[in-house]
Amino acid sequence: MVDLPDAFQHWFAARGWQPRAHQLHMVAEAAAGRSALLIAPTGGGKTLAGFLPSLIELHATPREGLHTLYVSPLKALAVDIARNLMAPIEEMGLPIRVETRTGDTPANRRARQREAPPHILLTTPESLVLLLSLPEAKHLFAGLRAVVVDEAHALAGTKRGDQLALGLARLSVLAPAARRVGLSATVNHPEALRAWLSSTARPGDVALVRAAAGAAPRLGVQLPAGRLPWGGHMGLASAPEIMERITAARVTIVFVNTRAQAELIFAALWKLNEAALPIALHHGSLTVEQRRRVEAAMAEGKLRAVVATSSLDLGIDWGDVDQVIQVGAPKGVARLLQRVGRANHRMDEASSAWLVPANRFEVIECAAALESVAAEELDGEPPRPGGLDVLAQHVLAMACHAPFHPDALYAEVTRAAPYAELSRRDFDDVLRFVEDGGYSLRSYDRFRRLFRDAEGMVHVRGPLVARQLRLNLGTIVEAPLMKVKLRGGPVLGEVEEWFLSTLAPGNAFLFAGQVLRFERIAGVTAEVTRGGEGDPRVPAYAGSRMPLSTHLASRVRAILARPGAWDRLPESVREWLRLQQLKSALPRADGLLVETFPRGGKWFLVAYCFEGRLAHQTLGMLATKRMERLGWGPLGYVATDYVIAIWSAFEPANPAALFVEDLLGEELEEWIAESSMLRRTFRNIATIAGLLDKQLPGIEKSRRQMTMNSDLIYDVLRRHEPDHILLRATRAEAAFGLTDVHRLGSLLSRAKGRVQHMRLDRVSPLAVPALIEIGREWVAGGAEDALLAEAAALVAEATDGAEMFEGQLPEAPEERPAPPRRNRFIRSAPRGKVVR
Amino acid sequence: MSLAPLHMAGERIMLCPLGVALWPARSTMIAADLHLEKGSHFAGRGRLVPPYDTRATLEALQRALRRHAPRRVILLGDSFHDASGAARLCAEDAALLARLMTGRELVWVLGNHDPIAPAGLPGSAVEEWLEGPLAFRHIASPTLARHGVGELSGHYHPKASVATRAGQVTRPCFLGDGRRLVLPALGAYAGGLEARDAAFAPLFPRGARAFLLGQERLHSLPVMPQRGVVSA
Repeated sequence: MVDLPDAFQHWFAARGWQPRAHQLHMVAEAAAGRSALLIAPTGGGKTLAGFLPSLIELHATPREGLHTLYVSPLKALAVDIARNLMAPIEEMGLPIRVETRTGDTPANRRARQREAPPHILLTTPESLVLLLSLPEAKHLFAGLRAVVVDEAHALAGTKRGDQLALGLARLSVLAPAARRVGLSATVNHPEALRAWLSSTARPGDVALVRAAAGAAPRLGVQLPAGRLPWGGHMGLASAPEIMERITAARVTIVFVNTRAQAELIFAALWKLNEAALPIALHHGSLTVEQRRRVEAAMAEGKLRAVVATSSLDLGIDWGDVDQVIQVGAPKGVARLLQRVGRANHRMDEASSAWLVPANRFEVIECAAALESVAAEELDGEPPRPGGLDVLAQHVLAMACHAPFHPDALYAEVTRAAPYAELSRRDFDDVLRFVEDGGYSLRSYDRFRRLFRDAEGMVHVRGPLVARQLRLNLGTIVEAPLMKVKLRGGPVLGEVEEWFLSTLAPGNAFLFAGQVLRFERIAGVTAEVTRGGEGDPRVPAYAGSRMPLSTHLASRVRAILARPGAWDRLPESVREWLRLQQLKSALPRADGLLVETFPRGGKWFLVAYCFEGRLAHQTLGMLATKRMERLGWGPLGYVATDYVIAIWSAFEPANPAALFVEDLLGEELEEWIAESSMLRRTFRNIATIAGLLDKQLPGIEKSRRQMTMNSDLIYDVLRRHEPDHILLRATRAEAAFGLTDVHRLGSLLSRAKGRVQHMRLDRVSPLAVPALIEIGREWVAGGAEDALLAEAAALVAEATDGAEMFEGQLPEAPEERPAPPRRNRFIRSAPRGKVVR
Repeated sequence: MSLAPLHMAGERIMLCPLGVALWPARSTMIAADLHLEKGSHFAGRGRLVPPYDTRATLEALQRALRRHAPRRVILLGDSFHDASGAARLCAEDAALLARLMTGRELVWVLGNHDPIAPAGLPGSAVEEWLEGPLAFRHIASPTLARHGVGELSGHYHPKASVATRAGQVTRPCFLGDGRRLVLPALGAYAGGLEARDAAFAPLFPRGARAFLLGQERLHSLPVMPQRGVVSA
């Protein structure tokens, strides 16, 4: 082990600290010029371990120019780290300048940073790519010695991680001597993370440093006092118990799974908050200012609790949090531990957390999560290949930086682990897409964004291209949002546009912790007032629910199949399972239990697949299509994280015929192509790849008119060039995330020849939770037209076919209407009947 | 495929789920807002969207022409996305358009996007077309001259959203009452304006009926454009 220089030893000693083993280990790896990945629990002095080698180097040989680049997924983290780094630097009097650079950095400071860079620059992946796209990046990074990537586990495997990996590959070209340092929480796939960090895409080229494990967290399950709910995901029944726990602790973070749930739990807690404890709300739709205010109040110790979504999963440390409550099932063990770690940032003390399941299945899921934590087994899917849309953005950014040769750039990007397997064909197609759209109909030759010179070098065509790139840089694409503004008051946050489009003036909805009355839409904001009548609606956000992880699902199956493992479950759940055993059968750990029973003139089929809601939705569509062909007359289905329930007009006599591997054939392709999920995926991909402009919030209506509806582009492209690179990218992404097709594949092979069919005369106890969901989330098998006809008929029936609005408005005066709001110019051609 | 009849100023107009209107008495087919060459318009601004929109739109027009075989076609303006759109039309698409119009009379009503007559293409161009009790124009006139006059127009690209059991379904639609009819846009890259939008309020002070385009038929619903509602 290495010795620290005297100044550093004194500094540690003066604080009464000992350098930790992993900190010294990181110094040793750096001294040997090796890249290293540090895996340590929160509170383990991780950040200092990452920076210590740089501080020592700069102490030993002071110099000018950029020495260390720090990249964090959060702007706030970069700012916080800058503050924390100043302590050792000032106390030891080190000749080191530290600055941050994020989207918030003012232009003059950014310009100065390019002229006279600090020794240590703290930034985000997006700001790094922006820097790399500048011609002067070459000089700026030439002397770079180290890159520190914080929260590496949160970046790898995401599109931001893809983008950063590509950026790091370019940094290695500009500064071959720079070593890489990764800082990570405990992960399931350390090898994949090492590869991601590696400058060769090989894990062996990055040393793995593990800190000693911290104290194991103390976890418990909190049940509601009354009856355990059969269905629902919100956990509102447990609000009194949550309130009690908040009262008993110093500072609590109440984590929930969705923004809608955050609003509801927050409202439920305040109804019970007789002592008026300061409890705040934090989620991704609130304004940045509001979130910062909550975080600041938390840091100052002014709050007793904050109800939060994943918006607080990462972030700066608050020493005072002594309790975490997870409401609703955790869905994944890694995420649970990340959240639990937010309490108590001293690694030697155990953090304490309570799991609050919202229904019976979630009780079992919580038990499975506790088992998994005790066994120190994590989940997390192995990383997927890098996105081609991200690559397209990178190719354009690199062209803006300097001319490149395609062979050299291909070699460079395949040294980034997410693109190590990238085929030359895909690379060339991406490059062609960036050049001129890459369509087989070559009509855009004159609109090229790139051109090639006689030596085969690729150049960017003009300043407009670079400007567009910089405006649209990044891989985070928001759904179209609208600001929610209190009339005569502040902006409260942003809500998805489609939700607002379903509201009529006067409707009440719950947002930012209050009941609001929707008044009107004015420009790009929705005007609201306080109050409002009737049951408030809660804004839902597309795709905000995380499906049950494969790992937790298999543990849940194992618990169900083994009555011996039930002693950790509460009595009401045990009774429920015993009843199931009696009336039907328990799902087995392998194989697949399928129940059929008649109910209300229909037949129900319930399959206990445990593959997560997304996979079940896909399965529901495929199975109902197959049922149509078999003549069983499917009517609808509902998918939960645990089961799928399908109802039909006729008895599904042989359910095993549905769960066969050839289900994942043509029908799947067809459905995926039509589904709205794929359209959303395409929109994101088209935006990241630079086909469409990002919809930046706050942009005037007039500019938004210049953007085009991506659905229309999708339809046209699919019909005329189904093999276009962006459609290939869309299908690849959908297969991994949105449709969870890979999980379906493993389910079907597990079920092969092992379908256990229970033909019952009534609903089984285990099927009840799914049947409760019916009506709440009905998923149509693409029968949009039938639904439309039904809705139109319903309206006609309700109004006796009369014009519903006749006589509702007074006779409108023949006023001159305002010119159309859409930004279309009035024609100036001469009037007259026939022009030609 | 079934058509829906609509009576305007004593004339019977048929609405077709393909997004065109018909005036059977005069063997006339009416379509609006083709926005041809919108793709290449975007490409000129650095957004290289797929170049197939013109072909897709002409094919939609072709399907409607095959089905209804009208003697005359009236296009209600914004047939091209910009004034130089006609010049960008590739030879194949120009030939297809000429072939489609062979043996038919073609009337280009001019719109705000295409204020000048398309050069080199068949047909005559007009600011507006008046025939019998009906007026055909690009933008609906705020006041109709007198009772007993009907108007067909485009410009707004109406679409309507309907809440169904499985969530919201949005489709392009015709929007009309007994005096006015606003046609949906036929262009492959033409977006839409919600039928509830305030822009429609002065046109339909007593509300309108929306006819949503379906696979085989139209789905009809009453709608009330609301002042103050500006859809995104």
